[in-house]
Amino acid sequence: MLAYYSTVQHKVARVRSFDHSGKDIDNEPLYEISVQEEITARLHFIKFENTYIETCLDFIKDHLVNTETKVIKATGGGAYKFKDLIEKKLGLKVDKEDVMTCLIKGCNFVLRNIPHEVFAYQKDSDTEFRFQTNHPNIFPYLLVNIGSGVSIVKVESEDKFEWIGGSSIGGGTFWGLGALLTKTKKFDELLQLASKGQHTNVDMLVKDVYGGAYQTLGLSGNLIASSFGKSTTADKEFSKEDMAKSLLHMISNDIGQLACLHAKLHNLDKIYFGGFFIRGHPVTMRTITYSINFFSKGEVQALFLRHEGYLGAIGAFLKGAEQDNPNQYSWGENYAGSSGLMSTSPDVYPMQRTRSGTFDMLEMDRLERPLVNLPLLKDPSTYIPDTVDLTDDAMARKYWLTCFEEALDGVAKRAAASQPDSVDAQERAEKFRQKYWNKLQTLRQQPFAYGTLTVRSLLDTREHCLNEFNFPDPYSKVKQKENGIALKCFQSVIESLDSLGWEERQFALVKGLLAGNVFDWGAKAVSDVLESEPQFGFEEAKSKLQGKGRSLDLDLDGPPHKCALIFADNSGIDIILGVFPFVRELLSRGTEVILACNSGPALNDVTYSESLIVTERIAAMDPVIHSALRDEKLLLVQTGSSSPCLDLSRLDQGLAVLVRERQTDLVVIEGMGRAIHTNYYAVLRCESLKLAVIKNSWLADRLGGKIFSVIFKYEVPCK
Amino acid sequence: MVMALIQESFFLPPLDFSSSQTWKSCRCPACSCWITSFFPWFGLDIGGTLVKLVYFEPKDITAEEEEEEVENLKSIRKYLTSNVAYGSTGIRDVHLELKDLTLCGRKGNLHFIRFPTHDMPAFIQMGSEKHFSSLHTTLCATGGGAYKFEQDFLTMGDLELCKLDELDCLVKGVLYIDSVGFNGHSECYYFENPTDPERCQKLPFNLENPYPLLLVNIGSGVSILAAYSKDNYKRVTGTSLGGGTFFGLCCLLTGCSTFEEALEMASHGDSTKVDKLVRDIYGGDYERFGLPGWAVASSFGNMMSKEKRESVSKEDLARATLITITNNIGSIARMCALNENINRVVFVGNFLRINTISMRLLAYALDYWSKGQLKALFLEHEGYFGAVGALLGLLDSA
Repeated sequence: MLAYYSTVQHKVARVRSFDHSGKDIDNEPLYEISVQEEITARLHFIKFENTYIETCLDFIKDHLVNTETKVIKATGGGAYKFKDLIEKKLGLKVDKEDVMTCLIKGCNFVLRNIPHEVFAYQKDSDTEFRFQTNHPNIFPYLLVNIGSGVSIVKVESEDKFEWIGGSSIGGGTFWGLGALLTKTKKFDELLQLASKGQHTNVDMLVKDVYGGAYQTLGLSGNLIASSFGKSTTADKEFSKEDMAKSLLHMISNDIGQLACLHAKLHNLDKIYFGGFFIRGHPVTMRTITYSINFFSKGEVQALFLRHEGYLGAIGAFLKGAEQDNPNQYSWGENYAGSSGLMSTSPDVYPMQRTRSGTFDMLEMDRLERPLVNLPLLKDPSTYIPDTVDLTDDAMARKYWLTCFEEALDGVAKRAAASQPDSVDAQERAEKFRQKYWNKLQTLRQQPFAYGTLTVRSLLDTREHCLNEFNFPDPYSKVKQKENGIALKCFQSVIESLDSLGWEERQFALVKGLLAGNVFDWGAKAVSDVLESEPQFGFEEAKSKLQGKGRSLDLDLDGPPHKCALIFADNSGIDIILGVFPFVRELLSRGTEVILACNSGPALNDVTYSESLIVTERIAAMDPVIHSALRDEKLLLVQTGSSSPCLDLSRLDQGLAVLVRERQTDLVVIEGMGRAIHTNYYAVLRCESLKLAVIKNSWLADRLGGKIFSVIFKYEVPCK
Repeated sequence: MVMALIQESFFLPPLDFSSSQTWKSCRCPACSCWITSFFPWFGLDIGGTLVKLVYFEPKDITAEEEEEEVENLKSIRKYLTSNVAYGSTGIRDVHLELKDLTLCGRKGNLHFIRFPTHDMPAFIQMGSEKHFSSLHTTLCATGGGAYKFEQDFLTMGDLELCKLDELDCLVKGVLYIDSVGFNGHSECYYFENPTDPERCQKLPFNLENPYPLLLVNIGSGVSILAAYSKDNYKRVTGTSLGGGTFFGLCCLLTGCSTFEEALEMASHGDSTKVDKLVRDIYGGDYERFGLPGWAVASSFGNMMSKEKRESVSKEDLARATLITITNNIGSIARMCALNENINRVVFVGNFLRINTISMRLLAYALDYWSKGQLKALFLEHEGYFGAVGALLGLLDSA
């Protein structure tokens, strides 16, 4: 297991406003798009079997070219064993770090930075892994590391942890004793044996001691009274499988019991389990979970970590990088570069097992700015961004995976087309297609590979894969064009709105907001229309909307809001003809507006830098927007995200500060990605409006409507 | 009072009131069987591996009594007291015999006998052949086997068992034996200076004020009880890693066939060849966590390596098994003591029989890991307390 830090150069699309003074702007594009090289800090973690160390070191060497790394941090037994080899091969100095310190540093890091890091194991469930919502406060917790022995550590804060106990009966006991009993040498093979065995042939059960009458005692007859209690005879043969199973139960139960006793003593109800005994082995996760449930009577939860195997390396790295203070940043998992969690059963997916035998990777990108919870979330500890858990919902999963598969060729084509001047665009687009296709296939077999599978994670993975092959913004030109066209219509839209009476205008505003949202290149139904009917416009979109608009529940009649936070969706008609007239209306009513756009590109979603230019243009045409900008009544912020969806628990810190300062009392979330796929059930502490047009017939069907139905969800918090 | 009870129970056989036998009779509150405590007085504890039998031999039998003593009863008394072994597997622990005990107004000796549970059918058969049921006494029994063999006693031996609760019997037995002492010596003892092999010695302990107390009973499995007063005690937890595990694993690893053999092997082995110690990993102490180099980091951890598997002896393996199981029991007991806020831990059960290695290790481990806060106590009659409790149950309830 090795970790290294690199600065990765990748292409980023930048938009820059032209100087239009004195030019005929009608024939000029709105702004300039340039592709620049940007340097991002990225953490790489590579997990490999010791036999592959040379291959792995070669791999690192190839990727280390541009970094100034001088020292490599190593932890674990291999740090001693391979010190010389690593130093020679990489020309770097190896620093050995304390195992447990590294483990805990790594654990804190993943708990803080990776949503869906933590999961509980459910035995008899369709989805064996149940991912947990990240609690804003990760401390205190108990970490039980089951390596060759067991260490039980209480972690109270970033730097404060205490070894509160341990046990010598651990993974080494299972392996060592198992090898003696069964003559099976490999740990994995022992686990395989165990999963086939019957422990009741070896263990003395309560019913063996009590006969049939155990029921009268309120005991379960199947409880083990004495592990190996039936093997107290020299003249009987026991099967390898049965002995391995009995050993597995004995060790798992013992660890679970001790962990519970420690948890009780320290009044903790969360235990994270790690170490090679647990690592990706459903068999041991199951027995440990059972044991914890049994001994704590359900009061303590056994939890596991998706990146458990990386903790030591992450910690060792973080320790080495303390001068860069990685903890002051937020990090995001790069789905493109990370291999997912391994399969549940070694028998079912031998292919992936083999792959994991060579190496597994985790990549974490450093985000420009720290991410925090939206201060308006009612309960951050129970907030789940995603509406449908596709790990749970097999039907929905099937549909969406197919949906993404079917859309893939188009996405690849568009990616290639977005860089007509590039000689290798075709080739890269094909590589992108291949990579994302493989990810989708992995997810078909192991939906939980990257945490809970959601439409958001599918979309994000696609964006990450596009970035990986240097397609930072395939829609940049489309967005540019649409923004230009929409801007030209802005004034006439405003004029027609202003000519309406108050009530009509409110209705028209909302209809406009929704019509604008039809223009979504992410939705196949829409992109098909847009591809085939270039003339499709705002009016056509309005006519597509299903059903008669109901009278608005939104209380625009009452006293104006103090400040509205609006999460915008698409570029072009959506933001300019849909959102801005609405913003303008709010501003006229004396409501301040924070307009939040994505930090980075995703589909045709408007980015923060695009929003700056668009707003500038509108301000030049419209005095209301102009003065609002000048007086800081209209504020443009970035979300910190590059996703077509929205995770309100990971938002740019600047946005959060502003929301608090301006006493935001209305949140408007627009679009399918942000208001339906995510946040449909989000509960806020202030009034909120979630609106979107359903541009997917399956989803419309599921929600009981038709394609181009409208979601308009206005919620007032209960007092 | 007693008369009235007996008259009501017409189905009891007519009593010979000319006999001066000690007898009592009443309904057992636990299993509502009829308890009639004619001689012989037995207490049975039928465990998963061993049956423990205590027998009270009255020594104050008058000539008249002797003359009237029925033949069956006499032959049982003679058989039990004149032998130290019964069949091929029954053994009387002569060294544990309690002399000149007064029980229910009768003076006598208390005998301690054990045999393997798998010989239970033979025992019942013998009882049947000796017409035990004609003695009209009740057999009080505890342990899981009291349930398992209840039907066999009835059908094969024509005997109704009085089943008594394990916890009640255990606690009652411990307190009783401790109170009467061990033939003038202390029943309870501890090891002074357990952390220093040179100065470590066994010393009597006065358990006059026993509460609160953690009672760790190590039989095939382990039960841990917390006792706060005579009537207030509870089962805290248990573990399946007990004496049965030690013996079972030893049989598989070394091919031994008796517990004594396993212990004998263990006494000649070196567990550090089998276990991975802290110093094997860190080169010395692991200071970050205050772990001494000699502590076991991974039981059987060295056995992950093929070469090391090939170089260990059966004795080493037996020793490692013993150390592993013992340390683990110590560790769970210590955690229970902390959680229950109790600092005296009494270890009983037949796992400790002739097992000084484990007793010293328990004493050491409790002292070391609690930094002297916890004290490990032991009792001379190790595994017999349940059976003693069953005997007391027979006499008490009447």
